[in-house]
Amino acid sequence: MHKYPQVLFQNRLPKRIATLDEYRQSGGYRALEDFIGKRPPAEVSARIDEAGLRGRGGAGFPAAKKWLSVPTDGAFPRYLAANCDEMEPGTFKDRILIHADPHLIIEGMILAGYATSASKAFLFVRPSYESSAVILERELELARQAGYLGRNILGSEFSFDIVVHRSGGRYICGEGTALLNAIMGKRPNPIKPPPHPTVKGLWDRPTVVNNIETLANVPHILRNGAEWFKNLALSKGGAGTKLYCVSGRVNNPGCFELPIGVRLSEIIDDFAEGLPAGLEFKACLPGGASTRYLTREHYDVEMDFDSLPAVGNRLGTAAIMVFDHKTCLVAATLNLIQFFARESCGWCTPCREGLPYIRDLLWRIEHGEGREEFIPMIREMCKYSWNSYCALAPGATSPVESLLTHFEDEVREHISQKKCPFRA
Amino acid sequence: MLPDNLKKTLSESIAHAEVPREKAVDVMFELQDHCGYMSDEAMAEASKLLGMTTLELEELATFYDHIYREPVGRYVIHVCDSAICWMNDHQSVIDHLCSRLGVELGGTSADGLFTLLPVCCIGYCDRAPAMTINRRVFGLLTPEKIDRILNRLKEQAQYTETE
Repeated sequence: MHKYPQVLFQNRLPKRIATLDEYRQSGGYRALEDFIGKRPPAEVSARIDEAGLRGRGGAGFPAAKKWLSVPTDGAFPRYLAANCDEMEPGTFKDRILIHADPHLIIEGMILAGYATSASKAFLFVRPSYESSAVILERELELARQAGYLGRNILGSEFSFDIVVHRSGGRYICGEGTALLNAIMGKRPNPIKPPPHPTVKGLWDRPTVVNNIETLANVPHILRNGAEWFKNLALSKGGAGTKLYCVSGRVNNPGCFELPIGVRLSEIIDDFAEGLPAGLEFKACLPGGASTRYLTREHYDVEMDFDSLPAVGNRLGTAAIMVFDHKTCLVAATLNLIQFFARESCGWCTPCREGLPYIRDLLWRIEHGEGREEFIPMIREMCKYSWNSYCALAPGATSPVESLLTHFEDEVREHISQKKCPFRA
Repeated sequence: MLPDNLKKTLSESIAHAEVPREKAVDVMFELQDHCGYMSDEAMAEASKLLGMTTLELEELATFYDHIYREPVGRYVIHVCDSAICWMNDHQSVIDHLCSRLGVELGGTSADGLFTLLPVCCIGYCDRAPAMTINRRVFGLLTPEKIDRILNRLKEQAQYTETE
């Protein structure tokens, strides 16, 4: 039925989550039984390393390398923070994953905790995912009753528990170090490393921060092996599958599990069923709002961690936001920069002051008050975003910079016509 | 003053945390449910429970978009105004909500039931345009669907008042 193997979504049902029993029947918790107390924690990391699992939250950092950066003589207790803040516009994969197979995430978290000798994990959930938080709390309790969580898991020496941590809601909380401040009940400003959280994280203890999609891959890799995982990918050097979200101007928006390295054109044309009749593809943001506009020229690009940088872009969260030829990209970019300006935590100047400045210039251009000199001004302001404390500001200026790279004519048309050419 | 049973529940939850302030958002959510919003009194109570100064708590209360430091209606509507909802004509959703409730964005309806706030992408881009009401999501919004939702909530409010 599916063209490609369904791994993370193997138990996905249309209307409800997979139960604990259904998860077990599909091989769930077998990796836990095989590893916890039976094989050394280092073997978990070694298998994940061999499989080449890279982080699915946006940065693509190798998961095992992060785990192995926890110092062997690091202090205890150690923590795991599972990131389900998911506030990148266009991104909703974590929500779909929780509503499909919550125990897959729970098992992945326990195994990651085992690999890094952590004793407690925080599952960080945004307010608009309250239904996900409720599901997770209920299923965590079932896992506890089954002996998969708590003291001496499955009779071993290993004790580990998971709590759901509700966010008060702000985009910056998804940034790894800001997330740690949020969990500790502090204002969620990012913390500039070093030291990295794996050395000094929550309450100065070693803490691993992983996205929940990353963690959900762990049980499958341990059950099926590194070679199997690598072979799931279509592109050379890639590994595994990815949850691709498609939204915007397509007939069938949704979240699709497809191999790493699947072509963008196949995702949009086949799985998202193309654009509505009469509309043409103009551009997309391939990995959420903080990636760059990708034009028709690269419509066939392989969606993986290496192919997108080769065409000057990023895989990001693999949330593909599709824009058609009738959508004004100055207005779209104004909306995006408005998001980032509002969500800036305000900690450092290039972000707090720079993003509203760019928003103001774009607003003027979109509303017929633009001037030629605004274009170099915007370009210069975008460069300053790299002086900021965390990745929010460079992410925020990615669509703006790429608007000027690919659609400068459209911007100039706004200026010369003293109005938005897309408006009647 | 907080009822004793609520205080007890909160204290127990705090006792399970690594440090009390880890529970700051949870405590504020609970107090909001009880008091309607984070009033100065609620802030003082929460600070005491969490062992934080009110200033430390204020840093969080004014930062998060789901903590309300001003009075809000019984139902707080967060309507998404980010890119995908924008593409799916979110403006007509906002206009309809404003006219139905007789408010501007940020306002509370005269009957005190609804507060309307804009919010960043809520992660329902596959069901745009979307909004949340008291952290419950409603997607694929149309004027008719919005009317149905608001009418149901009004009925619910009336029912709980006459109960």
